[in-house]
Amino acid sequence: MKRYSESISGKGVSMLRLEDVNTYYGYSHILQGVSLEVKEGEIVVLLGRNGVGKTTTMKTIMGLQPPKAGRVFFMEDNIAGLPPHKISRKGISLIPEDRRIIPNLTVLENLKLGSLVHSKADERDALLKMAFDYFPRLKERVKHLGGNLSGGEQQMLTIARALMGRPKLMLIDEPSEGLAPKIVHEIMEIIKQLQKDGRTILLVEQHMEIAMRLSSNQRAYIMEKGRIRMGGSLDELSCQMDEVVRCLGVKI
Amino acid sequence: MSEIPWNVIAMQLFFGIALGCIFVLLSSGMSIIYGLLDVVNFAHGTFAMLGAYAVFVVVSLSDSFFVGIVSAVVIVGIIGMVIEFLLLKPLYGKDPLLPLLLTFGLSVAIPDFMKIVFGLIGKPISFPDALSGAITLGPLTLPGYRLFIIIFTLVVMISLWLFLKKSDLGMIIRASTRDSQMVQTLGINVSRIWTVGFGMGVGLAALAGAIAAPMMSATPDMGVDMTMTAFVVTVVGGLGSLGGAIVGGLFIGLVVAFTSYVASAYSSVAMYFCMAVILLVRPRGLFGEQGRE
Ligand SMILES: Nc1ncnc2c1ncn2[C@@H]1O[C@H](COP(=O)(O)OP(=O)(O)OP(=O)(O)O)[C@@H](O)[C@H]1O
Ligand SMILES: [Mg+2]
Repeated sequence: MKRYSESISGKGVSMLRLEDVNTYYGYSHILQGVSLEVKEGEIVVLLGRNGVGKTTTMKTIMGLQPPKAGRVFFMEDNIAGLPPHKISRKGISLIPEDRRIIPNLTVLENLKLGSLVHSKADERDALLKMAFDYFPRLKERVKHLGGNLSGGEQQMLTIARALMGRPKLMLIDEPSEGLAPKIVHEIMEIIKQLQKDGRTILLVEQHMEIAMRLSSNQRAYIMEKGRIRMGGSLDELSCQMDEVVRCLGVKI
Repeated sequence: MSEIPWNVIAMQLFFGIALGCIFVLLSSGMSIIYGLLDVVNFAHGTFAMLGAYAVFVVVSLSDSFFVGIVSAVVIVGIIGMVIEFLLLKPLYGKDPLLPLLLTFGLSVAIPDFMKIVFGLIGKPISFPDALSGAITLGPLTLPGYRLFIIIFTLVVMISLWLFLKKSDLGMIIRASTRDSQMVQTLGINVSRIWTVGFGMGVGLAALAGAIAAPMMSATPDMGVDMTMTAFVVTVVGGLGSLGGAIVGGLFIGLVVAFTSYVASAYSSVAMYFCMAVILLVRPRGLFGEQGRE
């Protein structure tokens, strides 16, 4: 198996580095030696079709499904094996694919929950203002229960809730899933804006076409059956179209 | 059957509500524990019994019933947190039967321990002087202590509600009840919240045992009935729902009060009968939520 992490990483400071990570659910060996790197300030896309282990990679980084072997470096600390709340406090936040809005809490409470351990009480108003600048629609919904929001609004709330924790690295898992094209467009624009504002993002997608919207020289990894098969900028990957098509199926 | 005079009915209503208040305190604790930790606390009544003994001990030392109540909550709450930390924590994520077996074991072992320390015979606890009288309200003579129970429970439940709705910790508890993993992912040490929640839950049980104590005296085995009552109320009201614990508690209190007036031998049968009927008509209880994670 070839390792791409060395050959394709650009310049800049390493923020996240997975080295030969192996993760299991019980006896099933899901991640079989995943290595990847995200540098400060960039968006990296993790592509792959259903069930190849993209979400498992995110859960492994977040500590929800700790690796049995391998190392996860976050700003040069090995965080593999730490519980999720400690990993969160180091500055990583997960925007999970199923969103996981707390349905019995209001929008405002969901946002506050995201900031509780990451900020002092007097800093929260500024954080809220920042979150509403990205998602003005949430401001009109502050009193609504999380469970009563539409799918698109829930996705916005999940991202906003993560932002309330002032993360250094955001792990965004398939934000486009199950949303109308117009909302997907909106969300992708926000993700671009987040990067412009200096945030580092690891983004999971199934559709290369959606990833291309970010920028065509976007760095990406393609996963297949628990391994990283290819890596490089989307432009470079397009040159190996046959291989990409094979890995991603029809989803281009 | 002859006509029952309305003031007798009013008195039974009053007794029923006072009894129901004790059930409300008991079951809201059970509900918090189930909602937060998914643990069915078989030893819930046992902690209520510990609360009654705590009142007995503290009252004999300090001579103040109110100091007794407060100490009961604090002492039993701390015992609960220690038990959760040392004994329950290692069982999470394994077979869900294990916490149930553990609390069942506690419900047998703790009363036996109390028998060794305090003896088999119950310890009487006298009514606090200020509350031993009666209050006349028109044609009704209301025992002061039961009136106290009602007001006291009202104050406790309103404070509990305010705590859950308005405080940060309360918000974390509400959130963890629905999705503890997500709460942990947001940086909150949920494991600690579980310890606090268990302490709160058994603290409420202790409160129920403490205020019930002057009416029934503290005995090592008083917890058995209280656990069963808490089960019935929680099932009637809906597992893991605080509103359900309130409505269910008052409802069962009234059922027991009226059946004991009409045919006292059947009062606990009536309680289980109500539970069976509600389970048939509405299996998730009056207030139970569907599909809780
Ligand atoms: N909790 C679990 N227990 C056991 N196996 C699991 C669990 N979660 C996922 N898997 C398995 O692990 C593999 C990888 O799943 P994962 O969710 O990481 O895939 P994915 O790439 O995110 O897929 P999708 O695009 O559908 O979200 C799948 O084969 C899946 O069946
Ligand atoms: Mg997934």
